[in-house]
Amino acid sequence: MIQFKINGRDVSLDADPQTPLLWAIRDEIGLTGTKFGCGIGMCGACTVHVGGRATRSCITPISDVAGTEITTIEGLDTDSNHPVQEAWRNLRVPQCGYCQSGQIMQAVALLQDIPNPSDQDIDAVMTGNLCRCMTYPRIRQAVRDAATAMNGAQDNG
Amino acid sequence: MLKRFFLGILAVAFIAAVGFGVYTYKPAIAPVTADQHAEFDPAVVEKGRILAAAGYCATCHTSADGAPYAGNYAMETGFGTIYSTNLTPDMETGIGSYSQAAFRRAMHEGVDREGRHLFPAFPYDHFTKMSDEDVDAIYAYIMTKVAPVASEQTANELPFPLDQRVLQSGWKLLFADFGPYEPDAEHSDAWNRGAYLAEGVTHCGACHTPRNALGAEKSGEQYAGAEIDRWIAPALTSANASAVPWTAAEFKSYLENGAATYHGIAAGPMGPVVHAGVRELPEDDISALSIYLADKVGATEDDPAQSEVVLASLRNNRPDPQYRRELGERLYATACASCHYNAEQIEQGRPDLGINSATNLDDPTNLIHVMLDGVNAPEGIAGVVMPGFRHALNDTQITAIAAYLRDKRAGKPAWPDLANSVATIRAEAPVAH
Repeated sequence: MIQFKINGRDVSLDADPQTPLLWAIRDEIGLTGTKFGCGIGMCGACTVHVGGRATRSCITPISDVAGTEITTIEGLDTDSNHPVQEAWRNLRVPQCGYCQSGQIMQAVALLQDIPNPSDQDIDAVMTGNLCRCMTYPRIRQAVRDAATAMNGAQDNG
Repeated sequence: MLKRFFLGILAVAFIAAVGFGVYTYKPAIAPVTADQHAEFDPAVVEKGRILAAAGYCATCHTSADGAPYAGNYAMETGFGTIYSTNLTPDMETGIGSYSQAAFRRAMHEGVDREGRHLFPAFPYDHFTKMSDEDVDAIYAYIMTKVAPVASEQTANELPFPLDQRVLQSGWKLLFADFGPYEPDAEHSDAWNRGAYLAEGVTHCGACHTPRNALGAEKSGEQYAGAEIDRWIAPALTSANASAVPWTAAEFKSYLENGAATYHGIAAGPMGPVVHAGVRELPEDDISALSIYLADKVGATEDDPAQSEVVLASLRNNRPDPQYRRELGERLYATACASCHYNAEQIEQGRPDLGINSATNLDDPTNLIHVMLDGVNAPEGIAGVVMPGFRHALNDTQITAIAAYLRDKRAGKPAWPDLANSVATIRAEAPVAH
């Protein structure tokens, strides 16, 4: 039995310890916002946060995350109004949308580390998140906008 | 004495004025009626179709949404916008009332049927070189095959006095060189045929020769290149800027297919020149044009395929395996850099890997272990994990990333036998701690 917390909720899984975290999230726990892309940790579609850090869930076995706190796209904000999500909506970033939950989770992690990222920072960190629709220019702009919104909120608070 | 001098000047001025008047005055040519349109030999009509195409008549005499040859195509000149006229055989608004003689005079002298001077936006300074027979063929084609369409002529947007047609006569006096093409005995028949076509019906110089302040082609700068419709018509002389010299074969390919292997394609205003125009000419004529243009551009007989530029391009610009040689960097960017980057400070647990101890050890074992099997929650920083790439990346890829980190990030000498270390450690099952 492997136990961890996902989006603030305790879960116990009776599954093969080598089961990829992504399968557990989608098939056992039923949160399907996180997507399967390449299955080898090279495209970023499956990105979730483990311990607050962007983690590729498709190649992370559940045995490795026992006792951790995991956040998926569904748990980022109760009303889906995280500043990064708002920026994404305002700019209508997604096209087909498949990679976008991974993009958003990666962007949130980036902004925790680098609150005012340069375009170079954004390109370097987001480069592991592939988008087959080539929405990269809008992704970059949304990260910038989210950074502005988040820094403004801090200044006002 | 002074009086005689002034009288003399007046007399000269008067004679000049009379002379100009005589030069300028063109009588109207009587209109023909529809039933006077002649029957034409189908072979002549077909020849006219080809020549009308080679002169791109329809390109300038058809507006964006208009019927073919019905005019009103806007030509932006340096002096204002001129709208082309209706060339269809419509009796009222087209050229249906033109006799063959009136059409010939328009083409050769730039004068309409009623005797008015045409603006040189209509390249009669080129068409004047065409034979009567060729001009008559175009006439036969238009009268036979072009559907008559009534149109409303858009007024030209020319400022006074440029809109005065009588002044066009002065322009002709200054700049136009009337008369049929004179063969140059120093060149071959094919060259002369090409020159006849290029300087006449295909009017290459209209775009490729720079114009003077009054809009006339500069006589000393034939084919020196010019701007046209906000594109550049390149020089067709030795000043042509191509990386590989043009050849007659290249010109022929370009004029037939719209593409020359070593130069490029016919785009912008040149697109219709080829695709709605010159390619309709018989192959012999396209060859002749190519021979003439190759001479103008100073072509040699050298095979472009053997030129140093082409050989170097072939050596250097094949689909480049260079990025494969940088496999490690590429994979690092994709698989690792989404976590392993520096912010303003080094991020604990996931720095740029150049300063990580595992990368700086003389033995790559620890780095390989972590790359293959990751870091689980109890290891390292509690609650944070790194996925293993055992099932995601093969030995070559793991080796490439490790070698890249060691060389480019840590700046340390390469690990000897790195690939074998990766294979060996992979073969051992991960050890639980």
